Amino acid sequence: MSETLSLTVNGKPVTVPVEPNTLLVEVLRQQLRLTGTHVGCDTSQCGACVVHLDGRSVKSCTMLAVQAQGRSVTTIEGLARPDGELHPMQAAFREHHGLQCGFCTPGMVMSAVDLFRVNPDADEDEIRAWLDGNICRCTGYHNIVKAVRTGLEAMKAGGARHAAE
Amino acid sequence: MTEARTTDSGGVGARVARVEDRRFLTGRGRYTDDINRPGQLYACILRSPHAHARIKGIDKSAAEAAPGVVAVFTGADMAADGIGSLPCGWLIHFKDGSPMKEPPHPPLAVDKVRHVGDQVAVVVAETYRQAKDAAELLDVDYEELPAVVATAAAAGAAVAVHDEAPDNICYDWEWGDRAKTEEAFAKAAHVTRLDLVNNRMIPNAMEPRAAIGEYDPGADEYTLTTTSQNPQLIRLLLCGFTMGLPEHKVRVVAPDVGGGFGSKIYHYAEEVIVVYAAKKLARPVKWTAERSESFQADAHGRDHVTHVELAMDEQAHFLGLRVSTTANLGAYLSTFSTCIPTILYATLLSGQYKTPAIHAEVKAVFTNTAPVDAYRGAGRPEACYLIERVVDVAAREMNIDRAEIRRRNFITPDMMPYATPVGLEYDSGDFPRNLDDALKLIDYEGFEARRQEAAKRGKLRGIGFASYIEACGIAPSNVAGALGARAGLYDSAEVRFHPTGSVSVMVGVHSHGQGHETTFAQIVSERLGVPMDKVEIVHGDSNRTPFGMGTYGSRSLAVGGMAIVKAMDKVIAKSKKIAAHLLEASVEDIEYTDGTFTVAGTDKTIGIAEIAGAAYVPHNYPLDELEPGLDEQAFYDPKNFTFPNGTQICEVEIDTDTGVTKIVRFVAVDDFGRVINPMIVEGQVHGGLVQGIGQALLENCVYDPQSGQLLTGSFMDYTMPRADDVPFFEVKTNEVLCKTNELGVKGCGEAGTIGGAACVMNAVCDALGVPHIDMPATPERVWRAIQSNQTPAAAE
Repeated sequence: MSETLSLTVNGKPVTVPVEPNTLLVEVLRQQLRLTGTHVGCDTSQCGACVVHLDGRSVKSCTMLAVQAQGRSVTTIEGLARPDGELHPMQAAFREHHGLQCGFCTPGMVMSAVDLFRVNPDADEDEIRAWLDGNICRCTGYHNIVKAVRTGLEAMKAGGARHAAE
Repeated sequence: MTEARTTDSGGVGARVARVEDRRFLTGRGRYTDDINRPGQLYACILRSPHAHARIKGIDKSAAEAAPGVVAVFTGADMAADGIGSLPCGWLIHFKDGSPMKEPPHPPLAVDKVRHVGDQVAVVVAETYRQAKDAAELLDVDYEELPAVVATAAAAGAAVAVHDEAPDNICYDWEWGDRAKTEEAFAKAAHVTRLDLVNNRMIPNAMEPRAAIGEYDPGADEYTLTTTSQNPQLIRLLLCGFTMGLPEHKVRVVAPDVGGGFGSKIYHYAEEVIVVYAAKKLARPVKWTAERSESFQADAHGRDHVTHVELAMDEQAHFLGLRVSTTANLGAYLSTFSTCIPTILYATLLSGQYKTPAIHAEVKAVFTNTAPVDAYRGAGRPEACYLIERVVDVAAREMNIDRAEIRRRNFITPDMMPYATPVGLEYDSGDFPRNLDDALKLIDYEGFEARRQEAAKRGKLRGIGFASYIEACGIAPSNVAGALGARAGLYDSAEVRFHPTGSVSVMVGVHSHGQGHETTFAQIVSERLGVPMDKVEIVHGDSNRTPFGMGTYGSRSLAVGGMAIVKAMDKVIAKSKKIAAHLLEASVEDIEYTDGTFTVAGTDKTIGIAEIAGAAYVPHNYPLDELEPGLDEQAFYDPKNFTFPNGTQICEVEIDTDTGVTKIVRFVAVDDFGRVINPMIVEGQVHGGLVQGIGQALLENCVYDPQSGQLLTGSFMDYTMPRADDVPFFEVKTNEVLCKTNELGVKGCGEAGTIGGAACVMNAVCDALGVPHIDMPATPERVWRAIQSNQTPAAAE
């Protein structure tokens, strides 16, 4: 009883067969081999699977693939520029040592980028509150929060350039 | 505090941004579950729903007939094929010298299941969903048995977890000088007594465990890809104990690994299961844990119940320490479980203090719970917690300032090297300076004013200390062997200069977040004078790296880093001979600095890259004296442990209405010896502290005391620290170089976790004005303490 799912992933049109109960993260990881999106839990708590759906962060382990029909998904693989230049949020995570084992990192970065849409001037407490759905076991969050603050600033500074693109 | 910017390269001491970051930030990391093999099958493991039950029979027929199922294996199948027990790597003895009880640990249960989550059978199918659906069709006939759950109630309980240990006691062990300690207590002016529980933790690295087994029938070769901190050790155990294979036919790969914290050290059943199934089916077999499996079947940490007594004279000088601990080892002996509450615990009971007499008794018990083994710190946080708690209670009872009681009893730098009464020799450290610096950072003098200001807002403010010491890089191997270790504790490195001047360094340790690809490259770049972008650090593949023991216990730099230094020494020594030949001088006249060889007193020089070229194209080369090539290997067995140490201080505020504890300040002053990359070191401290804070305030593994059901089996029930639970940290390092290794390094991976929980609980108890409450200090526990103690500190 498979269905045909057509969507845009990282700017490219994709059509894949899916079962009605296939999760979005399964399509990304197993069918499209976009393994940057991770699965760290089975209760929608850890946030390692966060991607953007039409520009908003969602937990791809908690969405049926068919719910993404006709929509646009961006994963961590689609964030840097095609020439390899890191997105300002990615660059900020590197600059501030906001990652250690790297497993929560894709979800963290995708969540953090979406914070720019909601609250580009988020202070450190607001950043901590926003990241409540992303668990990191390595960093103690100190450097993640600093990275997100820097990343938001950089996104603001680069806003004109990004808007023009 | 302002932080210096990071750089892209640099030697020892530079804040170099990590080499490994780019792949992780762009989603190009390669973790075990990201890997898929052609023809791969998927394994789903059926786990016990009972804490303790007899398996009377397993009917596989419905599962075997389910769509997509290729095979179903049970413990009986594996036993029939001669698959061995999961081994324990450390032999501990009873007080009378008899060996510990060591019951078998089959990868799939044979006659009984002994904890919720115990492996019962494996279904292998074309897809994971098919395997999981079919596992539901397995009909297991269980005869439920009463369960032994609580740590304190296990010894001598009516039910035995294993027939081999009818009283559930694995060992009853002691350490230190009992007679001398009793003498100390006999002459004490005051004795402080405390009962405490070190709560059970679930490590929860963010990447769930996974394993892929492969078998190549043509070459008769096996490959295991696994989420491990020590792939060479897994190969050793897989070959020597469980699968019984020759090592040259087995490759074990641990690619990018998403955190470990101890939980990925051990040889787990699933590693055996996928290799076994791959051989039987001649197809790759992959297993990936669901998070609920991680909760049930990863090795847990801590779980001690302890009574401690501290004897003092009139001036609160410590005279003796007496400790009695019951440690829960769970249902089976995990790989290093037995040494954690003994060798890595009782040897640390001197802490930073010159307590002259110490005696510890440790009773380790089996229960119907998941196995317990090392979790970040491993024994040392348990030791630190009891010492720093009892010191605080002693200060309270003796009415002495808590900084003063520590200062009065510290081992001072002039006493180094210092032999403790529990078997260690501290080589270096300046404990008073760490404390003084931390007091200054937090403004200790101003604390009472802050407490009063908080009281006006209805908050109870408290301050807590932890002056911790840890022992890292267990060593030397022969001493560890005499203490029961069944493995060596050296590490290894190969430094391979390539013909055109780049360098590959193959190491026996493993990086799963620690940033070795950066830190090690900094050391190599500086010593060999090769730019960082021409240095590659290779780890995690038994076919590419020399035999090493892996990464745990903050050993990677102090042991693995030193192996790199030794291999580089050999490279440089050989290069000197080549340089002498090329520069037409005698070897004694060749001087080496930063990648350049010079004939002393002349301007004749040659770079190491040119030497490498000459070594691989040996046309003008002393072939009769030297082999071609520039590729050297070293094994390094340390002379002693290293002893990172420091003082952490935190301040908390407690809401009296809700019982919620908020950490408002946290400072840490640490002596890690020489710091290679301050950015990475700070990150290790932050992360470690949050795991300590987690244990103190949030995390607690709870089993139902009757049924043995795991009540905290998901992130919905087990409280992981999140970004809004924790503060920013103010961290400082005091470099007192380690005297027992050439790098002067001590290790930084566990420090935060070792002191963190004690520090927070000392602050909580101070805020509440109570001698002690047990971890975790949840709002409920704190609120109850407030209700039962109507004279809180803030009102004094």
